[in-house]
Amino acid sequence: MVARETTADSLLDVEQTWADRLAYWGRFWWRDRGGVLGMLMFLVVVFSAIFSPAISPYDPLQQNLRDSKMPPAWYEEGRWDHPFGTDNLGRDIFSRIVYGTRVSLTVGFFGVLIAGMLGLVMGAIAGYIGGRVDSIIMGVVNLVLSLPYLLFVVFIAAVLGRSLINVILIFGITDSPIFARVTRGEVLRLRESGFVESAVSAGATWPRIIFDHILPNLIGPLITLATFEMSRMIFYEAGLGFLGLSVPPTVPSWGNMLAAGRKYLTSSPWIATFPGLAIMFTSLGMNLLGDWLRDVLDPRLRRTRK
Amino acid sequence: MPTILEVNNLVTRFYTLDGVVHAVNGVSFHLEEGETLAIVGESGSGKSVTMMSILGLIPSPPGKIESGEAYLYDGYERRDLLKMSDAELREIRGGQIGFVFQDPISSLNPVLTIGEQIAESLVRHLGLSREEARDRTIELLDLVGIPDPKARYRNYPHQFSGGMRQRVMIAIAIACGPKIVIADEPTTALDVTIQAQIVELFLRLQKELGMAIIWITHDLAVVSGLADRVLVMYGGRVAEVAPVDDLYEQPRHPYTVGLLGALPRLDSRESRRLVSIQGAPPDLLIPLKHCPFAWRCEYAFDRCWEEIPTLQPAGLNRKVACFYDLERGKPRHD
Amino acid sequence: MYRYFLAKIGQSVLLLFGVIVLVFFMVRLTGDPASLMMSRNASPEQMEAFRERMGFNRPVYVQFADFFTGALVGDFGNSLHFKSPALPLVLERLPATVQLAVVGLLIAMFIGIPLGLLGGFQPGSAIDSIGRGLALLGQSIPNFWLALIMILFFAVRLGWFPSFGRDRWDSVIMPAFVLGLPTLGQLVRLTRSAVLEIRSADFIRTAYSKGLEPRVIYAKHVFRNVAIPLVSVIGVQFGYMLGGSIYIESIFAWPGMGQLLEQAIGWRDFPLVQAIAVFTSVVVLALNIFTDLAYAIIDPRIRYGS
Repeated sequence: MVARETTADSLLDVEQTWADRLAYWGRFWWRDRGGVLGMLMFLVVVFSAIFSPAISPYDPLQQNLRDSKMPPAWYEEGRWDHPFGTDNLGRDIFSRIVYGTRVSLTVGFFGVLIAGMLGLVMGAIAGYIGGRVDSIIMGVVNLVLSLPYLLFVVFIAAVLGRSLINVILIFGITDSPIFARVTRGEVLRLRESGFVESAVSAGATWPRIIFDHILPNLIGPLITLATFEMSRMIFYEAGLGFLGLSVPPTVPSWGNMLAAGRKYLTSSPWIATFPGLAIMFTSLGMNLLGDWLRDVLDPRLRRTRK
Repeated sequence: MPTILEVNNLVTRFYTLDGVVHAVNGVSFHLEEGETLAIVGESGSGKSVTMMSILGLIPSPPGKIESGEAYLYDGYERRDLLKMSDAELREIRGGQIGFVFQDPISSLNPVLTIGEQIAESLVRHLGLSREEARDRTIELLDLVGIPDPKARYRNYPHQFSGGMRQRVMIAIAIACGPKIVIADEPTTALDVTIQAQIVELFLRLQKELGMAIIWITHDLAVVSGLADRVLVMYGGRVAEVAPVDDLYEQPRHPYTVGLLGALPRLDSRESRRLVSIQGAPPDLLIPLKHCPFAWRCEYAFDRCWEEIPTLQPAGLNRKVACFYDLERGKPRHD
Repeated sequence: MYRYFLAKIGQSVLLLFGVIVLVFFMVRLTGDPASLMMSRNASPEQMEAFRERMGFNRPVYVQFADFFTGALVGDFGNSLHFKSPALPLVLERLPATVQLAVVGLLIAMFIGIPLGLLGGFQPGSAIDSIGRGLALLGQSIPNFWLALIMILFFAVRLGWFPSFGRDRWDSVIMPAFVLGLPTLGQLVRLTRSAVLEIRSADFIRTAYSKGLEPRVIYAKHVFRNVAIPLVSVIGVQFGYMLGGSIYIESIFAWPGMGQLLEQAIGWRDFPLVQAIAVFTSVVVLALNIFTDLAYAIIDPRIRYGS
């Protein structure tokens, strides 16, 4: 037996130069450019929410009727101390946009947290226990998912009245079925795949199976879903605000700003333009991020990346 | 027998994000009229890619045929398949050369009737009318042993069993009376009993229709009762080619020895342990400067690490790419 | 297959019962439906009279039985605002909403599917980038904001389309486009990914091995397989458009069910809201059945069930 060289040795034949490595990383970043961009956009929003007081030049609630409906700085009548102009009450639009990230992210984050936890519990129980429990839980899930979603959200919001907690609860509860469905699907898939069975036969207890075997596999699909759903909630929160059904009118939220701007659409279009752009920016970033996460985290899709 | 297909020095590479995959590295062989040539090798040995390259079925990009010739003979005339236009190649595919693929479940279109899937080839190549194509299709279904072909014409693939679907695939392959049928692991996805039926069907069809068959497989056991000659591939190169009996009797390449050792033998007196070949197949991302089998070869010596062995004549009708003479038990001198 | 559909219809009837239960309890979420529906400055006597008139002082199970039997025959009580039966008021608004959703769906299909097909045939091409960009925008632009921006540009600035109402033939174009944009994006994405998936299927390789022209392979072998998932998405999206037109109808003053919903919420006319919610759900559920039926017709694997 002549064991002179191994595979690793022959790699030395093809020496990697720095240019090669740079090219490799370049290709890597270029391939994932959507995800990188989405992550940056999302971080900008998170950053604005955390450091709102430091970033915004004015108190978002401070009115100044003398300077009301001032156009953005690049208009002839604009001034750089109000970069995005002012609204009908003379409040600084830039500062309100910056503070608006707080409402949007709060609703999105806690909404998804509640929906995710409720859905995880419901889906795991349905998938793990099966039988009658499964059919009852999935019956409710299918009921909610087959309803015209927006209509019912508007309906409940109108009944409960305007408050941040209400909005979070509405989204948290109405959105949980999607998480339940995905969780159940994954649990069923994992149960059918061999390794849970082999863990059972090796004497693993069921909390151990859930925490050691099932949950780690669930995290990828659930994080991806959470990204998309958070983006959707930010969207719907603004929509409710636009109809006057979200947080109280005094709170600087993008939806409330849009609702106010709608009245001055023809005379001062910037009042409605900037909150819309802010929603779009956030949503675009999160959708890019979600698409990327789906490609990277979903093991079934990993091989078929295009 | 006259040659019908001659492949010279074929090189195919895939340009992927991970690097260049050297899938086929200078493969040469020929096929004679009416014979059955088995191409044997592990997955990744380049056997399927070789056949796909010849007929322009390599997805490009990332695949690229770098060099080589593939002559299709028609009497004294010969045409290079690799130099043909797409339109010319389409005339050949399905017309002069038929295909049977590995997985009959996924190889048929689930939303078209099997009749339609056979008939469209007839309409395309033989210019039959829809009615003629229909009648001919029913004959073909009968020929490949599908009971009640008239009723089955209208059925969809999911209404057939795996073995029956493979018969449909065979009907598609032979529909236009091809001179060559390329069968890419046609029995691998089937039950053992069904496998035997499909092999038998091929043999019967070959006797009746006289086409040459290229049978791609990783399983030497299937080959013995089927092939006239065997081509053994390793690492995108031809390791050895020989008439089937000679190959079994006296393999000339250490890799072939390994393949035969991995085979359970019913005719052997002494009970032998099944021998598996040690080590892993070569990484095709690395361009080699030595024998691709050297890592796994127990006979490898200095020269095997210094140059790539080329295919050399080694006895009647056979060739081998190895520097070591297994018969004499010492390095070959040439 | 018939059994499959009987089961589907049975399921939908169950879902419908669920909807009625939900809608009944939704106006009682705050505990007192009377204070929800009456104005804040109503006197205690007026309140009591209202409770008496609406039957809110009866035991809840009696009220429920009453509501449930009424709902089954289409009786949701009188609208508080119009003082006439609620359901006919909803039906009156149905044609406008259906028109909007149909035109929106057609716009989405005629732009989205070809873009998705072209993108899938030539991934990475210019047309593919346009399609994917449009898909991402469709997902990320808040439609209530896009509606405002379109009015500003195409109605106010350019005067190409009327900014509101339903009196002209071209009134429908802007609201339908805005309503259809998210669906358009969905269709681009789905068609594209379906083409990419089918394109690399084994049976397409078989088709190539028969020497068929690429044109035939795409038109026959690829497209028929792509059409199957499209049908179900189109069905779901049509339902979503019927139940999700509230912003667009309210912004464009389009006299459909969405606008009626917004008005009814403003008037605190909850019997009318309930009628809209149940009726829209019925339409969406019926649509789901039709979608399944269409799906079964074009997919032989279901038609000749295995």
